[in-house]
Amino acid sequence: MEILIEDHQMLLDSATGYLAKKQNVAAFRALRDADEPLGYDVAAYKQMADLGWMGLVLPEEHGGSDFGYRAAGLIAEQMGRNLTAMPFVSTAILSVTILREVGGEMLSEWGMKIAMGECVVALAIDEGVKHRPEQIKTQAVRDGDGYLLSGDKTFIADGMGADRLIVSAMLEGELALFWLDPLEACFGTSCCDLAPQRLLDHRNYANFHIKNCRLNENALIAKGELAERALTKALCVARVVVAAEQLGMAKECAARTVEYLNTRKQFGVLIGVFQTLQHRMAHLYCELEQTSSLVAQALNAIDENAETAEKLSRAAKAKVAKLGRLATEEAVQMHGGIGMTDELDLGLFMKRDRVLAEFLGDANCHIDWLLREQNI
Amino acid sequence: MSEVEIFRSEVKTWLADHCPPEMRMPITDDEICWGGRDFVFINNAQHSWLNDMAAKGWTVPAWPKAYGGGGLNGDEQKILAEELGHINARSPLQSFGISMLGPALLKYGSEQQKLLYLPQIARGEIRWCQGYSEPDAGSDLASVKTKGVDDGDDFIVSGQKVWTSYADQADWIFCLVRTEPDAPKHRGISFLLFDMKSKGVSTKPIKLISGSSPFCETFFDEVRVPKTNIIGGRGEGWTIAKYLLTHEREMIGSSDLLFGGDDVCGTARDAVGLNDDGQLDDAILRAEIGNFIVDEMAFDAHMDMTKGYMRAGNQLGARSAELKYLGTELNKTRQSLLMASGGANALTWEDAGNIVPQAPRAWLRSKGNSIEGGTSEIMLSILSKAILKMPS
Repeated sequence: MEILIEDHQMLLDSATGYLAKKQNVAAFRALRDADEPLGYDVAAYKQMADLGWMGLVLPEEHGGSDFGYRAAGLIAEQMGRNLTAMPFVSTAILSVTILREVGGEMLSEWGMKIAMGECVVALAIDEGVKHRPEQIKTQAVRDGDGYLLSGDKTFIADGMGADRLIVSAMLEGELALFWLDPLEACFGTSCCDLAPQRLLDHRNYANFHIKNCRLNENALIAKGELAERALTKALCVARVVVAAEQLGMAKECAARTVEYLNTRKQFGVLIGVFQTLQHRMAHLYCELEQTSSLVAQALNAIDENAETAEKLSRAAKAKVAKLGRLATEEAVQMHGGIGMTDELDLGLFMKRDRVLAEFLGDANCHIDWLLREQNI
Repeated sequence: MSEVEIFRSEVKTWLADHCPPEMRMPITDDEICWGGRDFVFINNAQHSWLNDMAAKGWTVPAWPKAYGGGGLNGDEQKILAEELGHINARSPLQSFGISMLGPALLKYGSEQQKLLYLPQIARGEIRWCQGYSEPDAGSDLASVKTKGVDDGDDFIVSGQKVWTSYADQADWIFCLVRTEPDAPKHRGISFLLFDMKSKGVSTKPIKLISGSSPFCETFFDEVRVPKTNIIGGRGEGWTIAKYLLTHEREMIGSSDLLFGGDDVCGTARDAVGLNDDGQLDDAILRAEIGNFIVDEMAFDAHMDMTKGYMRAGNQLGARSAELKYLGTELNKTRQSLLMASGGANALTWEDAGNIVPQAPRAWLRSKGNSIEGGTSEIMLSILSKAILKMPS
């Protein structure tokens, strides 16, 4: 029901066309079957940067367009519809947002590289089976003019092959963000190990084992209040961009299912005539509609720096997690047996949906936050 | 200052001068201003607030000035709504004339009919009711049997309506009447307006499980209705009825009354209490409330987007069914959670004081939300056909 501004509509139209043609579900399936550790196409990544998508939330002086997070969400939604595999959220959203908060030379040097599609930067925050960014066990201690870092990070999206990692750790009782080159950190030492984490959506994830890894003083990019602010902001915005991607997947599953119900015949009739299926599809449609509005409202609130942004971000992530499950389960069930086959794409959506439901926090963790905010 | 800023500052000033303090308090069911010939204002503030707003055309800000409206564009409507919200102003007038008949008249009425009926609605002079459902025409509304027999310049209307909201308090009725008995089901209905004081009209309130009687049975015994009181042409009533229903569904889905009432979190906190960790002392209820508040935020966002969509000049059409479905189902969940949150407190039906306990009544009443104005099942059927294009 949202009415887009003209710039956003144009961006959306071009993204829809490009992704459906070049980075569609068939392209993702080919990547999966090739079983490449990177999980995405480097040439396509550069193309995406040329389209300006890596700089959507970067200021113009750093090579971006500063189109904002609503625009990023529109792109992410189309990536969801096409199952496009790209280091978009990791680099263009999470890392760029942290760099923006950090500012200075870090932003001017790396902002430009990201906008040009010349590097991938991944964020290492999670440590356990659930997303608990406020409970960090990774420790940094001062060591002369540098730091020694130890800990175990997991579920690092686009961590394999990343040019840089941003690692959250505790330093002198405060949150700190470290910037490191995983090749350099791991090279010729036994202190670090960046290993692929093979998840069911066949994307690029890494585990990062760090033991007394020596970092120089420049590696610390934010500490204390700045680190808290940068990480909070990055998680707030990325959560909704991820939600937008997952929303796009849910919409695609619903669209394919309606199409199927309107062509498949049993008992001599189109199965779409059965009211029980009509009502389930219409219910799903209503849920898609209101969830779309919530995601759009959350992204708009972020772009407007509204006080409600954090709350809306949490709600959007939680709501989409529930919607995604409904959409993928209904899609498989209503397709019947064929929905269970690898040949049909629905399984690819279902697997990705399950991963995104956990990524950056599941519905329960965000609902719990919302309830705490209500003092219950 | 830009034009909109000037408008905003004018609105602020005018509201500061004209909205009485009494009209800035939270409203209860009994304090709604419905207008009409026999309406008794609760106080002078309610009366002057209606008159002042009507004089500005702001009881119906989007309607053209010629018909008693404010003639405001989308931006101005938004500003007015925001400024009214800022001071917690009560709605000066709630009526089926504004939310249902008005839009149908604007689209299908003759110029003469618009000039006659719309300003009366805008000023709250005539209270309207809706003669749609019948004992044998509920979800299958197009099978209405109330007949209008052609008699020269008039129709002679006989039959029975049911679930007529506030028929016992209404001045006029807009009514679906079968005037073309030989035409196919959907083409034989005309949309008639007539005075409830006409000879042969009688009403009987229906007592609901909530104890209240917002609905009536309405009987017509050879009521004489001039043919000039027809909206659209003979046999075109179903088209108008459907259009009007989209506005009714929009109204039900977005009603402030549906979403007023108590705050679930606050009720739970007060009644159930918190444990040592500062969390609600009922983990399962807490989780249920959590799911609800996320759904509520989603619906609020959707209402917001919908309002913007309409202010831009779009009609909701079949999509009013999604608001109706989502809004009423959400309200039923809210009312159930309010009962669970209140625990035994919420069960009180009568207490020693003069205050009638609202919680159980609101909960019971909410069960009708997903029935009135078209059931949830009918909404889903409409959406599957009109939006998803699923086959019949």
